[in-house]
Amino acid sequence: MIDKGIRIAGLKKRYGFGDTAVDALKNINMYVKPGEVVGLIGPSGSGKSTLLKCLGAVIEPTFGKMMLGEEIIYDNGWLVGDIRALRRDKIGFVFQAPYLIPFLDVVDNVALPSMLAGASNYNARSRAQDLLKALEVEHRAKAMPSHLSGGEQQRVAIARGLVNYPPVILADEPTAPLDSERALIVIKILNEMAKKFDTAVIVVTHDEKIIPTFKRLYHIRDGVTYEEEGQGRGFE
Amino acid sequence: MISLAGRDILHAWGKFVFTGMGLGLLIGVTLIMAGVYRGMVDDAKVLLDNSGADLWVVQQNTLGPYAESSSIYDDLWRSIKAMPGVKNAVNATYLTMQVHFDNHDVRTMVTGISYGGPGTAGWPPYLVAGRHITRSHYEAVADIATGFKVGDLIQVRRNHYNVVGLTRRMVSSNGDPMVFIPLKDAQEAQFLKDNDAIWQQRRRTFNNPEFNRAGFPGLIDAVIDDQSSNQFVNTVLVQVDHKYNIEETAENIRKWKRLTVYTRHQMEDIIVGKLIASSARQISLFLVILALVSAAIVAFIIYTLTIGKTREIAVLKLIGTKNSTIAAMIIKQAIALGLIGFVVGKITATFGAPLFPKHVLLEPADALRGLAAVIVICILSSIIAIRAAIKVDPAEAIGG
Repeated sequence: MIDKGIRIAGLKKRYGFGDTAVDALKNINMYVKPGEVVGLIGPSGSGKSTLLKCLGAVIEPTFGKMMLGEEIIYDNGWLVGDIRALRRDKIGFVFQAPYLIPFLDVVDNVALPSMLAGASNYNARSRAQDLLKALEVEHRAKAMPSHLSGGEQQRVAIARGLVNYPPVILADEPTAPLDSERALIVIKILNEMAKKFDTAVIVVTHDEKIIPTFKRLYHIRDGVTYEEEGQGRGFE
Repeated sequence: MISLAGRDILHAWGKFVFTGMGLGLLIGVTLIMAGVYRGMVDDAKVLLDNSGADLWVVQQNTLGPYAESSSIYDDLWRSIKAMPGVKNAVNATYLTMQVHFDNHDVRTMVTGISYGGPGTAGWPPYLVAGRHITRSHYEAVADIATGFKVGDLIQVRRNHYNVVGLTRRMVSSNGDPMVFIPLKDAQEAQFLKDNDAIWQQRRRTFNNPEFNRAGFPGLIDAVIDDQSSNQFVNTVLVQVDHKYNIEETAENIRKWKRLTVYTRHQMEDIIVGKLIASSARQISLFLVILALVSAAIVAFIIYTLTIGKTREIAVLKLIGTKNSTIAAMIIKQAIALGLIGFVVGKITATFGAPLFPKHVLLEPADALRGLAAVIVICILSSIIAIRAAIKVDPAEAIGG
């Protein structure tokens, strides 16, 4: 048993039925400790996005088991009544592009998931301000997303992913649009935040620049995960 | 929870305001159309109110004098006045025609009024300038909407009339301003033939052996005299003594005089239900079409705005936003668009209505009904966009 983090055992995902069925995920086994950042790499079509959607409770796996901390959330079927609340409260998302809501300023973009979870506007904004400060973008709190640089937008997106202090963050190619320097800064921030908030972070990436930074990696090939030691030291 | 709809509107206010203005012009036209109908009904009521009559006695089996032509002898009023309950009975004629003034024509309803004064049925109840008619011939009181002024010399048929007074809101059910002239002049104007026609009629009569018989001197002159005068009026306006029941008085006249008699209520039914009924139906159809066009515009705009935010909606869903929150956002935006449109429309209608040639009556109750209709239309129009938003897969926020 584990206290926090995410554990996946024997996860499968099949699309279609009968002769046309495709097994996108065949046997996925992962464990990410709290405070740890792991990389998930693999060629196109290997099942990375499908796995991310399963982990993010966006699509339902076909078979297997998923645990968030000590809570079994999937065991050959969802064990959680409100999937939307699960996504809102237990999973943080960071996307390839920041996908900030263009009509909300920075602080409200970050505070929105917290408001959706029922926090008062004051508390949610206060929490958002703290995160923006930790990510060193608090001076842009009142700016609109279109007025931010790419790196600033990605930091704000990370802050949004963290605002409900989820046990797990799923980052989908978070450094793809950034240059080497900014990409490394984003990974460093993710490592710092993982440690600070005891969050398990899974980073799906193709990015050769950041792969060497991971201490632990999962390769996914033909729907099967293979664990390997990484070269990085996780910005210790 | 912050208002997502409000923030989105503030962020893209230009799009909302300009779309709302376009919609507003459409709503403005809709309100004016409703105002035109109300104006027609109001004109009809004004016509009846201003006549000062309790009963209209007209030719048997006709809907006269406003909806159909009616012709009754001009001495009938005497016997009607002698009926129990009748306080006063006077002749009146109504003729819609072009009145010539200063090289242009004005369409008016020329009304012939009997001898009397203010308070007599048929007379304008009040003036805004000048005086009432005091002579038997060639004086006129005109509604101010004709554009005539006191002292103007107007031409009705071949005769000229001096405008001695002006009145206000004296119009026919079609909205044509009224011109009051003495009854005898009006009878002449109504039936007067041109000189050639009179000459030809005299020749025919003279050559007719039935009228031009030897041994009957004076017969031909009497026939010709009868042919060139008019003893008919369109209606007798009756004022009923307040001690008597109007309906019973009307029934008495119907029974003993064999004429058709209408009460105020019946006359209103004739004008509103028959005279302007087809116009009302036409306007109703226009209103329905305009409502459908408005709905289509709102639906299209809201759908386009929603589709343009597919990625944001996917992100909102992924981070746990309820479908109901997203639906509420879309509905609020549609209502906001409708409200902007309504405000612009109301302003357009208020300032545009006086420019219309006919009386446009913008009633506050109609504006409230319009507002309710706009909100309902906006809510219904947002259904397509809501369906599209609900179908957005949160997975769209994740690549792959």
